[in-house]
Amino acid sequence: MKALLDWLARTGRETGKTFKLLRRNKMGFFGFLVIIIIVLASFVGPMIWPAEQSANVEAINKGISLDHLLGTDFQGQDNLRKVINGGRDIVIIAFLTGVLATLIAVVVGAFSAFAGGRVDSILMELVNIWLTIPKFPLLAVMATVLKLNDIVTLSVLMAILDWPGLSREVRSQVLSLRRRDYIEAAVMLDLGTRNIIFKELLPNMMSFIFIRMIGTMTHAIYQQTGLVFLGIVPYSSANWGVMISAAERRGVLYNPQAIWSILTPMGAIVLFQLALVSFARSLDEVFNPRLRTSV
Amino acid sequence: MSSATVSPTLPTARNPLFFWLERIVSNYLLRRILKAIFSIWLVTSITFILVRAMPSNPVEIMIQDLTSAGYSPDEARTQAATLVGFNINQPMPEQYLEYLRNVLHGDLGKSYKSRGLRVTDMIVQVLPWTLFSVGLSLLITFTLGIMLGAIMAYKRDTWIDHLLSNLAATLDAVSPYLVGLLIILLLGVIWRIVPITQMRGAMSPGIQPAFSLEFFADVFTHVRVLLLVYVLSAVGSWMLTMKSSTIATLGEDYVTVARARGLPDLRILTAYVGRNATLPLFTRLAISIGFAVGGSLLLESLFTYRGVGFLLSRALSERDYPVMQGVFLVIAAAVVFANLLADYLYGWLDPRIRIVGGE
Repeated sequence: MKALLDWLARTGRETGKTFKLLRRNKMGFFGFLVIIIIVLASFVGPMIWPAEQSANVEAINKGISLDHLLGTDFQGQDNLRKVINGGRDIVIIAFLTGVLATLIAVVVGAFSAFAGGRVDSILMELVNIWLTIPKFPLLAVMATVLKLNDIVTLSVLMAILDWPGLSREVRSQVLSLRRRDYIEAAVMLDLGTRNIIFKELLPNMMSFIFIRMIGTMTHAIYQQTGLVFLGIVPYSSANWGVMISAAERRGVLYNPQAIWSILTPMGAIVLFQLALVSFARSLDEVFNPRLRTSV
Repeated sequence: MSSATVSPTLPTARNPLFFWLERIVSNYLLRRILKAIFSIWLVTSITFILVRAMPSNPVEIMIQDLTSAGYSPDEARTQAATLVGFNINQPMPEQYLEYLRNVLHGDLGKSYKSRGLRVTDMIVQVLPWTLFSVGLSLLITFTLGIMLGAIMAYKRDTWIDHLLSNLAATLDAVSPYLVGLLIILLLGVIWRIVPITQMRGAMSPGIQPAFSLEFFADVFTHVRVLLLVYVLSAVGSWMLTMKSSTIATLGEDYVTVARARGLPDLRILTAYVGRNATLPLFTRLAISIGFAVGGSLLLESLFTYRGVGFLLSRALSERDYPVMQGVFLVIAAAVVFANLLADYLYGWLDPRIRIVGGE
């Protein structure tokens, strides 16, 4: 019981600290709030405003009005409601791909750096070779042949194609960090490899890793949007990518009245990306061990 | 796959083979070439596995399609075999070897949808348009990026640097596909400057390729917006690279010495700073030339510009597997060779690298 309370108190303190540090950077905090809003809107929103099932012929391609805050699309459906219902897939794809690719990259990169010698040079040579293969065409061909139709498989595939670049960077980070005095001191004190990796190395690489992870996430969103546009990923659910392609296919792109039905999903993607990027930039302060102890 | 080629380099036994491998490994250029060949072999194998060796693979589906289209099962099999270019009745390893042999001879099979057309011919037909559009845009982007990047570095921390840096970072962050959509919306729909719908294809119907003003004007009319999107979506990262590279060069001792000697600013900019700062960008340029062969899958489809990317996107949506496989292979090979070129070029342009020896 006491252990649990202790743990709760410690977690609470750490969360409080994180918040304090987050608030120091205005843009970062704003990005954090926007991310929370987008995630909430995408997961809770559909319960309150479920997707419209039928077309509404009287209100096709309307502009902004009080009834339709972001206008309506070619089926007369409300753009705002559509964008709320279309966020879930995008958020899942982004997080899943980002986390998976980063995880593989960190494990392989750190392993390569620690192993050194021939293992290291062979691994990095393979990574270099992999980096020369054009990824998006390969992804498109693979997705077509494998007939991808669910977002989880798609995310896994994108993560598998995307990790090598990051792993090379993780490796060089680890190599440079290992030569720092405090790591060498920890090695000499024999604090244990696990301890050194998790207590000394990772905290100092966290902001770098997160910034790279967010890069992977936005890349995944764009790749998914592109695959939908090429007609490779089916239109099973109405996510932002599908909204853009559907509007494009309906010639909405050339119809000034319908402009909101394409601007809405585009805006949503750009907003999500901007929020992620500004949040990532502020993470340096959150993870920096020196700042953490001083708060 | 990889272990087979890599393991012989491990010092397991001292034999002549190992000796030669050691010699090869220690030769920089030879090693790069071997790596390039290995990469292309890897890509070729991946596409073969994807198209042939996966369960319920496209070739079987192709046969099923042909059977349901009225061919007898035997006929369907022969038909499919001529399309993919290797005998599908043989055991898998032999199919693989035959496929490799065909690829080496430049035979990429025949299109499944456009019956009888050879994939190689299809690629050769659209290749000039992609090379032209991407090549031209690359030239513009490179020049613009170097100039703006140098300005940013020289005017560091002034308003012009902040403006350009933010612009470059934004352009770099947004995907080319969204930039393309936005440009269509702005130019074609909101401002109505450019008739986007009339610009589909690489040239207007009825125009014959000839060395005439009319032909060039028409080609340019069709490519201009695509060109703008290519430049906009790539120039940001060029600017940022050039900026950081120039800043690094400006801090070098030889620049300070040149200043102390009282050399004119223009001479310092061109002969001392510019030449050294653009070095890393030349490597990137070489790599980008490789991507010029593939063009952009998304942008060429968005603008219906009939280049290699468009060919691939059509093959993807029609599930035309031989074309898909062939185009992807050509794109990948181009990028791999461009990387090889970049490695070599860098050593040639920068003597310091040669002296240090390779890496």
